[in-house]
Amino acid sequence: MAHIQLKKVSKTFGNHTALIDLDLDIADGEFFVLLGETGAGKTTTLRLIAGLEKPSEGQVFIDGVDVANWGAAERDVALVLQQYSLYPRYTVRENLEFPLKPKIRRLPDAEIKDRVDRAARTLRIEHLLDRKTDKLSGGEMQRVSIGRAIVRKPRVFLMDEPLSALDAKLREALRTELKNLQMQLGATFLFVTHDQIEAMSMGDKVGVLNHGRIVQTGTPHEIYNNPRDTYVASFVGSPPMNLIDGKLVNGRAVMAPLNFELPFSGGAKAFGGLKAGAATDGRALVFGIRPEDVYLESGAPVEARVHDVENHGVEKILTLRVGDAMLRATVPARTDVAIEQPVRFAWNPDKVVLFDKGSGVNLRHAS
Amino acid sequence: MTQIELRGVQKYFGAVQVIKDLNLAINDNEFIVLLGQSGCGKTTTLRAIAGLETIDEGDILIDGKPVQHLKASDRDIAMVFQSFSLYPHMSVYENIAFPLRATRMGRGEIDSAVRDIGKILRISDLLEKKPSALSGGDMQRVAIGRALVRRPKALLMDEPIGALDAKLREEMRAEIKRLHIKQGSTTIYVTHDQIEAMSLADRIVIMHEGVLQQVGTPDEVYSHPANLFVAQFVGSPVMNIADAAVTEAPSSASVTVGGAETGFSFPRELLAKLNGHAASKLALGIRPEGIIVRHDAADGFMPVEAQIIEPLGSYDIVDLKVGSKMLRARTRSGFVSGIGERLFARVDPVQAHFFDTASGSSLGIKL
Repeated sequence: MAHIQLKKVSKTFGNHTALIDLDLDIADGEFFVLLGETGAGKTTTLRLIAGLEKPSEGQVFIDGVDVANWGAAERDVALVLQQYSLYPRYTVRENLEFPLKPKIRRLPDAEIKDRVDRAARTLRIEHLLDRKTDKLSGGEMQRVSIGRAIVRKPRVFLMDEPLSALDAKLREALRTELKNLQMQLGATFLFVTHDQIEAMSMGDKVGVLNHGRIVQTGTPHEIYNNPRDTYVASFVGSPPMNLIDGKLVNGRAVMAPLNFELPFSGGAKAFGGLKAGAATDGRALVFGIRPEDVYLESGAPVEARVHDVENHGVEKILTLRVGDAMLRATVPARTDVAIEQPVRFAWNPDKVVLFDKGSGVNLRHAS
Repeated sequence: MTQIELRGVQKYFGAVQVIKDLNLAINDNEFIVLLGQSGCGKTTTLRAIAGLETIDEGDILIDGKPVQHLKASDRDIAMVFQSFSLYPHMSVYENIAFPLRATRMGRGEIDSAVRDIGKILRISDLLEKKPSALSGGDMQRVAIGRALVRRPKALLMDEPIGALDAKLREEMRAEIKRLHIKQGSTTIYVTHDQIEAMSLADRIVIMHEGVLQQVGTPDEVYSHPANLFVAQFVGSPVMNIADAAVTEAPSSASVTVGGAETGFSFPRELLAKLNGHAASKLALGIRPEGIIVRHDAADGFMPVEAQIIEPLGSYDIVDLKVGSKMLRARTRSGFVSGIGERLFARVDPVQAHFFDTASGSSLGIKL
């Protein structure tokens, strides 16, 4: 298995800069998710590691060795893509055997059979081995493509949005399966996605990529609760974190131009709290609060109207309207509210995250 | 005032029956959502009501009058599709006015109708633009405006926001709901998205393979699914379903899943309620939030082992191993520290469902 490092990697395509000064460290046996929007540079990063692209600057290391001069084949990585690219006229077994039967270095038959059977068992596709791949469902096809990667016992698995083409239910199921598989194999996984739920639920570590730069790397817990800036705060979490402009006045959060006030206790205590003197009275700030930390209460300080109700069965996500601004609040399913009903809300002051208005950077991260 | 009723509707495409004996009564001003996977017959049903498809048997009644032999244009129903189908060479104003031009309405009257609709849909400042200059959301607003301007008896919508990106979809969904509350026209809305259905509908109609599965309010459908299909179609993560054996215990009933050594404790009245059912095989259904997990042993809780943990930000989904079966539980974020942790779990009897495995039907047991 393998430890992967990218050091100061930049990549340009003509005038277009895809990656800028990228530092990445993926530990051996880690499930690392690269999260970003379309065009953020996720796939380029993956292709650089696979050896399908060369960096314009910087170095790629696999297990401490600079692999600049290694071709894709020598790097011994397996690539799983959104498109399954299976051989349609072959059976599942033949598809799985294929990577093990190159003309040179062909494995002994018994070894091939053993590897294919084991991969099929792991992915629960044993009953499909004799079926042609064009007779499979999307989920089954994606399992076979993963199987074709597994049989080779590569040093690294690189996965480029492998679940994106599947429907919601199947995606949900395969998420757990993939995580399970990675743990069973103890393999290094680099998984690329634009779906923050996939990133949160599967990653040991998540790297958030924006316009070719890594904005933040951390555990899902860190990324969610201590986002480095307003970009990460609004990208991760569904619904995203509420961000409200305002400033601190005499220990209270005063929103402007929204014109309401909420108590402030020094902000989120986790992750070491605020640095001393970081938040001065009067500084232009953005207050960040997750929807689950906004609650309705009859005596609460701020009045709002219910603009929309999103019903998830287990809970409801309310859109509250204060002036022109919209705020999200997650409330228990039993909360009975109607659209346009006036309600009062407050927040959990211990969970408030402060961002600098100008730079968007979380004050806990600012030096 | 518009009521719509379907009586014994059957529809074939060649040898394939796409609607099977459909009976449905829709009340005046009601917002009905037809929910199902692609190919379940929901769009065909909608098109049959609109008069865009003929039916092979049964009656479609609007305000008590059979209309199945009437042309679409004589049914006075408006339809909005996923593709906006605006006239590209006409301004927004002319697109909205178009359905009125063919009527005897005077110029002044048409003008005020168009401007009223423009105001309601917040597109007043776009009226002079061509559709090509509009965003996806605005185009759909215009399409809805064109449908509403002639005050049809009913508004039918076929995945109207399915082609928009996630953020815009949420916004438009809220607008459609608010518009309905304001205008109060009988609305039938087709989607495959269960959150959309749960958030918009007064009542949801769930279809599968041409057969109506359940009609009910979002709460009924979520809390009391009629069968296994509905149980697993509505709600995310999906409801846990496990083959179950119910036995008598000294002062309670015991429900065993996955061949575990001990069963989940249920009130004794479960036995009496099950007695009335001839089901040979039972399945227990329990949503992730219906499994209660604690760190230490307690009466009625059974020991389980944590497997995969999916941190989803505001909460975690934890796979619990119960015998050979995996049950997914919803816990507070960070509640379970790691894989392999020993925990204690209970199934909340109030949230439990029992299904006849053979027919898939819920036994309707409420504890």
